[in-house]
Amino acid sequence: MYSFSEVNLKLLDGFKVTLDLFALTLIFGLILGLIISFGSMSRFKPLSFVTKVFIWIIRGTPLMLQILVVFYAPGLVFGKPNLFSNAPIMLRDERFMAALFTFVINYSCYFSEIFRGGIQSIPVGQHEAGQVLGLSKTQTFFRVILLQVVKRIVPPMSNEIITLIKDTSLVRVIMVVEIIKVAEKFTAKGMIWPLFYTGLFYLVACGIMTLLFGLIEKKLSYFKA
Amino acid sequence: MAILEVIDLHKSFGKTEVLKGISFSMEPGQVLSIIGSSGSGKTTLLRCINFLETADRGKILLDGDVLFDADGEKLTAAERRALQPKIGLVFQQFNLFPQYNVLDNVTLAVKLRAKKEKNAASRKAMNAEIEEKAIALLNKMGLGDKLKNYPCELSGGQQQRVSIARAMALEPKILFFDEPTSALDPELTGEILKVIRALAAEHMTMVIVTHEMNFAKEVSDHIVFMDKGVIAEAGPAAELFDNPQTERLRSFLSNYN
Repeated sequence: MYSFSEVNLKLLDGFKVTLDLFALTLIFGLILGLIISFGSMSRFKPLSFVTKVFIWIIRGTPLMLQILVVFYAPGLVFGKPNLFSNAPIMLRDERFMAALFTFVINYSCYFSEIFRGGIQSIPVGQHEAGQVLGLSKTQTFFRVILLQVVKRIVPPMSNEIITLIKDTSLVRVIMVVEIIKVAEKFTAKGMIWPLFYTGLFYLVACGIMTLLFGLIEKKLSYFKA
Repeated sequence: MAILEVIDLHKSFGKTEVLKGISFSMEPGQVLSIIGSSGSGKTTLLRCINFLETADRGKILLDGDVLFDADGEKLTAAERRALQPKIGLVFQQFNLFPQYNVLDNVTLAVKLRAKKEKNAASRKAMNAEIEEKAIALLNKMGLGDKLKNYPCELSGGQQQRVSIARAMALEPKILFFDEPTSALDPELTGEILKVIRALAAEHMTMVIVTHEMNFAKEVSDHIVFMDKGVIAEAGPAAELFDNPQTERLRSFLSNYN
């Protein structure tokens, strides 16, 4: 059978995929989430309506279903194997790309609602103070509002981001070989402990994130907002 | 020549007409207090002049600039932004920026305006000059030892003084106060009164919306009494308080004695 260190090395390979998916979803999801939150807050009614319907669909259907649809539907509809077969080399891992695409869309919708809540909770007086001091709307947002929003959304964001780490395990339904998928291969060969052992990896990752968020919270505790 | 001129200003929110034709003007260096009961339209008037609301009808002129003209062309956002620093506004709730310390609160807007300067060296010199001016201003407000403090570490009266310094830093031609002492404990209103009096001594043109009659009486040259969206009475402070002409003002003032 496999030695402990061999199992560890294999699991680490899988865990790298888990972390890649996590980190990339986080980066793109936060950016897209901010953009979507502006859409849902837009005073242009058709835009906010379409955005809200989109958020409803994404949040109202299972993430696993979305992964399956993104991976299989293009092939079924357009007769092409998948969305990314024409992509540059490094993007050609179509399974991973389909998973990443789905995760970014899905999580940006959740993030957008957190952003919206945070932005709308800032007193209107902050915007007005920016305006009467001659700041543009963009300057007011980035210089005055944003940091106050960040401070307020740290707790709900940390919840969502910790959920994200664990949700990455869903991608094995389209054969993206993340850590649990790796562990299942051991299980098929009669080794059950590596599967349980993966929990430790998640625990460490979530522990680090928890510490990180605690640090951010502490860093922003110098002001009240 | 009048520095501020408001001509027949009207403003409605939905079906409620809040301003029903307001006209007044003031001279440079004057201190004008606007008094009146809640809902009389005082704050709305201030907000219309400061671009926080858009009036429906009428005209507002400031020192040769048209701030609002219902019959003329609408100002673009850029034009409004260019005019904005000429008009200072001090809020009832201070609205300081919580994440910046006292000095940064005061210099933020001024530095952003100066940022257009391309040359890094002259920009640095400019920022140093801005800070120097801000520190002088804060010293005058009695906040010289609070430069590095954050708003949450200050008392209400101190916060309001910072917000006055923040408005003054842009060197406005006129400074508006929207009930500057209403969010403060009574014993702290004295601090603000002192600052406003010091500004008046330097001939700063000021418009103060207030519920504090003693305050208005002490600090202002002129009083405008608003009632239900119109100016019911106006005149020099001493005359108006000692010898009110209208029944409405008499009954309003009697509530305060």
